[in-house]
Amino acid sequence: MNTKPLTPQRILLQGFLITVALGWLFPIAWAVLNSFRDYQYTAQHGYVSFGGFTLHNYSQAWQRGDFGRHFLNSLIITVPAVLLTLFFASMIAFVLARFAFRLNLALLGVFIAANLLPQQALLIPLFRLYRAVPLPYWMSDSGMLLDSFWGLILINVAFQSGFCIFVLSNYMKALPHELYEAAQVDGASAWRQYWQITMPLCRPALAALATLEFTWIYNEFFWAVALMTTGEKFPVTSALSNLRGEFFTDNNLVSAGATIIALPTILIFFLLQRHFISGLTLGATKG
Amino acid sequence: MKATAADTAAQSAAKATAAAAEVPTHVPRDKRVRRLGRGDRLVVAGMVLVPTVLVLGLVWGPAVATVLLSFTNWDGIGGWSSIHFVGVKNYHDVITIYPPFKPAIEHNLLWLAFLFLLPTVFGIFLAVLLDKEVRGSRFYQTALYLPIVLSLALTGFIWQLIYSRDQGLLNAVLHTHVDWYGNPHVNIWAVLVAASWKHTGYIMLLYLAGLKSVDPSLREAAAVDGASEVRTFFGVIFPVMRPINVIVLVVTVIESLRAFDLVWVINNGTNGLELISTLVASNVIGEASRIGFGSALATLMLVVSTVSIGIYLPTLMREDKR
Repeated sequence: MNTKPLTPQRILLQGFLITVALGWLFPIAWAVLNSFRDYQYTAQHGYVSFGGFTLHNYSQAWQRGDFGRHFLNSLIITVPAVLLTLFFASMIAFVLARFAFRLNLALLGVFIAANLLPQQALLIPLFRLYRAVPLPYWMSDSGMLLDSFWGLILINVAFQSGFCIFVLSNYMKALPHELYEAAQVDGASAWRQYWQITMPLCRPALAALATLEFTWIYNEFFWAVALMTTGEKFPVTSALSNLRGEFFTDNNLVSAGATIIALPTILIFFLLQRHFISGLTLGATKG
Repeated sequence: MKATAADTAAQSAAKATAAAAEVPTHVPRDKRVRRLGRGDRLVVAGMVLVPTVLVLGLVWGPAVATVLLSFTNWDGIGGWSSIHFVGVKNYHDVITIYPPFKPAIEHNLLWLAFLFLLPTVFGIFLAVLLDKEVRGSRFYQTALYLPIVLSLALTGFIWQLIYSRDQGLLNAVLHTHVDWYGNPHVNIWAVLVAASWKHTGYIMLLYLAGLKSVDPSLREAAAVDGASEVRTFFGVIFPVMRPINVIVLVVTVIESLRAFDLVWVINNGTNGLELISTLVASNVIGEASRIGFGSALATLMLVVSTVSIGIYLPTLMREDKR
């Protein structure tokens, strides 16, 4: 990396890149910085000042935004949705990669295109459908798919599968055929070929996809706002508005809330950056 | 690019299993299906059917229903019998007597043009710079990728600290008193800057991965010919990157069409921030009375996305085979 000599051109390039990178980090840094500052202090001295540091905004934001409950909601929606997406997607991908039907390409297209349609355009019938499907009360206190965690999990799975199928089927097609020939000689069933032979080999791809899908479903905003009617059941991404007053907004408090909500995804990004980036570059369909 | 990345990953997987790959046997694919036993056939059918029913029921079913409903006058209250076919009346109404429609279309087009001209081009430019093995490349990349992991809703809140009228940094620095999110003359531009902040890193990521997979001998050949860096990029690199260029283009179109979260958290897409997506949502969330009308708007979105998907899928699948 350090082999290139430092020419004036290189210095210019570095200067430019540093400026851009710091500029890109700035909005986040600014939000984090002010989340640690007292509102009274910044109101009096202005934001372009120094001092008034406090942790109060965080405890306030956590309480006022009821973040404990909303984080739990996010977990209840995101974890099953990611697992189910990967499970369904890997089954379809396995069949696509392993067997050839006449409709193979069409099937792949159906799933990928579904991933790209604008969600808002499907809302009207989906809203009606969700309202018409009854659920027993032990599954949903609304008594229907609308305003239930089940409904959100299912729509996220339906939407996200396409991307995972595309990535996984490519991955599986590159596995050596000989594996399956040996398996067939041993009389392994299709299910065993999928679950015991293919899936363990796909671990790197599954890890990358799990990282991405966790981030996306955690960040998902529209379906929660549209298909949940009880504010208490909102996942945390859609719950930040709770911190905004109708006439007055304490921006320091909102920053603290935003920082809390961003923390899980930022942690995942730093811990699993490799997975995150390889997942995104494996398939570029995600909008 | 996707294909190559998947291939390398899969190659290492294959190495790990150390499966003997000496005899490349080519069994005709359709024969393998016939070899399946009865039980296996049922299992395979189940594996395909369960997810397919889900996606048909929750995505394609509603998509078709949206198109059909757009030709009716259903108010959402009466039963099936109250649904009447009204032809293209809803479309006619959308265009002639619905004031937010024109600004919404303009904003969606502006969104597309802006995303394309600034963050997309800038993201590509940065990818080209970072492809040259600069020092600190990882830091630069991390800084630019970071906004990708934040939701667009969160992006709206983070930028509020900069745009707020009384507390915002921008007004403090410029000594102005503009409500950047509230003033209908400027708020779309403020929102576009925030959206670009996120879009740039995403495009850079896609493009950088593509550049890494370009055959280095192409560049060497161009250097031997004495071509300048700019000429090398436009004459040699850019054309071989065609599949990624298509992907970047379509991703940008679809992002512009789907834009929603950012303006919804600011003011539910009103007062200068109208988008087709927010108009559709406004017609459903809350009191749902204009089903047919909202569906006509939604159908317009579906048409645009179908066209871009139609361009996209063949490129993706051709890549896939390579």
